[in-house]
Amino acid sequence: MARAAKPKSAAAPAAKPAAPAVPNRERPSDPVRYEASKEELLEFYRQMLLIRRFEEKAGQLYGLGLIGGFCHLYIGQEAVAVGIQSALEVGKDSVITGYRDHGHMLAYGIDPKVIMAELTGRAAGISRGKGGSMHMFSVEHKFFGGHGIVGAQVSLGTGLAFAHKYKGDGGINVAYFGDGAANQGQVYESLNMAELWKLPMIFVIENNQYAMGTSVNRASSEDQLYRRGESFRVPGIQVDGMDVLAVRGAAERATEWVRAGKGPIVLELKTYRYRGHSMSDPAKYRSRDEVQAVRDKSDPIEAAKRELEALGVGEDELKALDKEIRQIVTGAADFAEESPEPDLSDLHTDVLVGQY
Amino acid sequence: MAVELKMPALSPTMEEGTLAKWLVKEGDSVKSGDILAEIETDKATMEFEAVDEGTIAQIMIAEGSEGVKVGTVIALIAEDGEEATTATDSKPAERAGDAANAQPKEAPADKNAPPIPESATPHKMETGARDLVASVTATTEDPEVPEGTATAKTTVREALRDAMAEEMRADDAVFVMGEEVAEYQGAYKVTQGLLDEFGPRRVIDTPITEMGFAGVGAGAAMGGLKPIIEFMTFNFAMQAIDHIINSAAKTNYMSGGQMRCPIVFRGPNGAAARVGAQHSQNYGPWYASVPGLIVIAPYSAADAKGLLKAAIRSPDPVVFLENELLYGQSFEVPVLDDYVLPIGKARIAREGKDVTIVSYSIGVGVSLDAAARLADEGIDAEVIDLRTLRPLDTATVLKSLGKTNRMIVVEEGWPTCSIASEIAAVAMEQGFDDLDAPVLRVTNVDVPMPYAANLEKAALLKVDDVVATAKKVCYR
Ligand SMILES: Cc1ncc(C[n+]2csc(CCOP(=O)(O)OP(=O)(O)O)c2C)c(N)n1
Ligand SMILES: [Mg+2]
Repeated sequence: MARAAKPKSAAAPAAKPAAPAVPNRERPSDPVRYEASKEELLEFYRQMLLIRRFEEKAGQLYGLGLIGGFCHLYIGQEAVAVGIQSALEVGKDSVITGYRDHGHMLAYGIDPKVIMAELTGRAAGISRGKGGSMHMFSVEHKFFGGHGIVGAQVSLGTGLAFAHKYKGDGGINVAYFGDGAANQGQVYESLNMAELWKLPMIFVIENNQYAMGTSVNRASSEDQLYRRGESFRVPGIQVDGMDVLAVRGAAERATEWVRAGKGPIVLELKTYRYRGHSMSDPAKYRSRDEVQAVRDKSDPIEAAKRELEALGVGEDELKALDKEIRQIVTGAADFAEESPEPDLSDLHTDVLVGQY
Repeated sequence: MAVELKMPALSPTMEEGTLAKWLVKEGDSVKSGDILAEIETDKATMEFEAVDEGTIAQIMIAEGSEGVKVGTVIALIAEDGEEATTATDSKPAERAGDAANAQPKEAPADKNAPPIPESATPHKMETGARDLVASVTATTEDPEVPEGTATAKTTVREALRDAMAEEMRADDAVFVMGEEVAEYQGAYKVTQGLLDEFGPRRVIDTPITEMGFAGVGAGAAMGGLKPIIEFMTFNFAMQAIDHIINSAAKTNYMSGGQMRCPIVFRGPNGAAARVGAQHSQNYGPWYASVPGLIVIAPYSAADAKGLLKAAIRSPDPVVFLENELLYGQSFEVPVLDDYVLPIGKARIAREGKDVTIVSYSIGVGVSLDAAARLADEGIDAEVIDLRTLRPLDTATVLKSLGKTNRMIVVEEGWPTCSIASEIAAVAMEQGFDDLDAPVLRVTNVDVPMPYAANLEKAALLKVDDVVATAKKVCYR
């Protein structure tokens, strides 16, 4: 290759070593796959299955006209939210994400009923029916939404991290964003500030390979997204986002780094969404075979199930769990369908907090 | 018990669809995630996935059936451990196309008969946005169109596409750039076919980076090109508003007329159906307040076409505000080789003598519906479609006011600092002597857009309010 040719100039110093491409500074060590006990893995499996069944039901309710507008399902990506959030402390660490938010809320232990009721726009919904699918929040859980503008959650998350550090509350922020969002300018402004001020923050890129109809390599000059922080000296790790234990392992590495005051870190989770971008996306930009191949080979729930079986969990136990989850989801759907719409007077509440 | 599979709504606006193809047959076992059928919606062909596990007990709507209402039962799935035959016994009886049992069988003769929805009222998504789409689409002919010109029924979506295609054919400097405009054919299919015709040099997909590509567009315009920058919706143009205002709008002035920025920023604006607070705003008043910009917000397909062509040719930066709810509406568009309309001219959408209703964009349809109702009550309303919000055609507005002496302004947007406020000010400043009643505004409610169906309905502009307000200024 041309680059191997030595410069001919006699003036070139003889054996001066080239500067290393990456400056010699501390980096997090490679993550190791988490060694879960049977009970822990069963819990991860339960959470992922809950998200899957919940989202399937949401898709169904959308089809029946009970959910309106945009509805972005998390099916296929379950291992990401479950693996990462299992390493966080609910109520101490904060989480923020975009519009594809149902799964993250379920993984943070928020009641499926109030999530589903928000999807149907009812008074019992977590945003009292005013937010909808894209705008759900639980300050109690330090789950800060639920944002519709691609990339906005990243600088907001940086601000949450700033607040953690400012208050010295020991919490860290996890900001989730997509491969598409990774091209927004404010992401880089945030990375710079986060490193400059050593903010306790994990930038989680959920690389599901597509931003609406645009595949990563059609939109990203550097498609290895975990490297996106390097020029700001933010280290990055690429993770198999279809393996909940790999995700958890990486989350441990990242939280150690951040909690030790070493500044932010980037995790790129390679994952896949099975459904269209939102309910109205016909997804013609990829083949049915491509989707089927991922489902067959890399499904995070099936993989966890096989591992559980190897650990001696019986088919009956798994069947019973599936049944229990279907009941929870059906219960949430019934609740969401039957509970009343907001009172019309709610139209005017919550615009401002104070009285002027 | 058998699970009923119902015709799904697969887009926010879908009410019925075509069952294009079954990918399973009776007796097949299915599990969650399997694709059962292909369904054509108002916008695209979608795949319909199984959620439940079981066996297809009966297919009730044959493939190829058109006009299948959302909510119609299209198949039955027998759940695990249940006999496919017994499953169907529990189904509600007497439905078109029903057979006595679900054994694989010959298709009954009437299987292609129009399906009857499961209940009398098929589910469709509740939204106040639907009420904004007017039943009246015929408007008074444009004085710009030569008499006797033939017209063709065209959707707003097609009219916009045609305008871009014609201008791109005529001028190589014109190109289209934005998210999903090329390979996906436009998030709302407005740029459909442009990539095929003009290729990737001129129809360019961008990453999600509005601030960046709005700046690239403005710079390319300064460099001598004529960019059409599509924002997936104008909500996302807020990421880029600095380039629209600070870079595009002020350049000509700051440079003492040396440096031009002939660019079109276009995309859907205003409320859509049930998309909540961050995706439902009308930016008309925002941009119309900026000197150095031209702001256009058409209602009809003919205006969309004629004005977009004019916008692309304009040497000035143009913000071109479309409306998603209108994309699928059909209007008569003059069949002319080069249909270009003047920027800055309002149009009388309906002539009348008792009260003037001023509006723009989707508000025009609401106003026309209201005018039809007012006519039943003996009030003859004149409806003005502003079409251009900056520069405002105050002459047409004042002339109408001189005739009717009463005016209301109808706007799908917030009331405060609105186009409606501006029109009221113009009427006070320049038409005070013609006013027999105060100018009143009919707008959305002054709150962020709520998601819940009932609240959304309450927040949006309503024909009833237009009628009531028009009567009020007529003291009726
Ligand atoms: C600023 C902005 N631009 C465009 C959009 C429209 N939009 C919504 S989601 C999306 C794709 C985002 O893809 P990605 O970041 O990969 O996340 P994913 O949907 O795959 O989870 C786009 C373009 C938006 N909501 N906000
Ligand atoms: Mg993505």
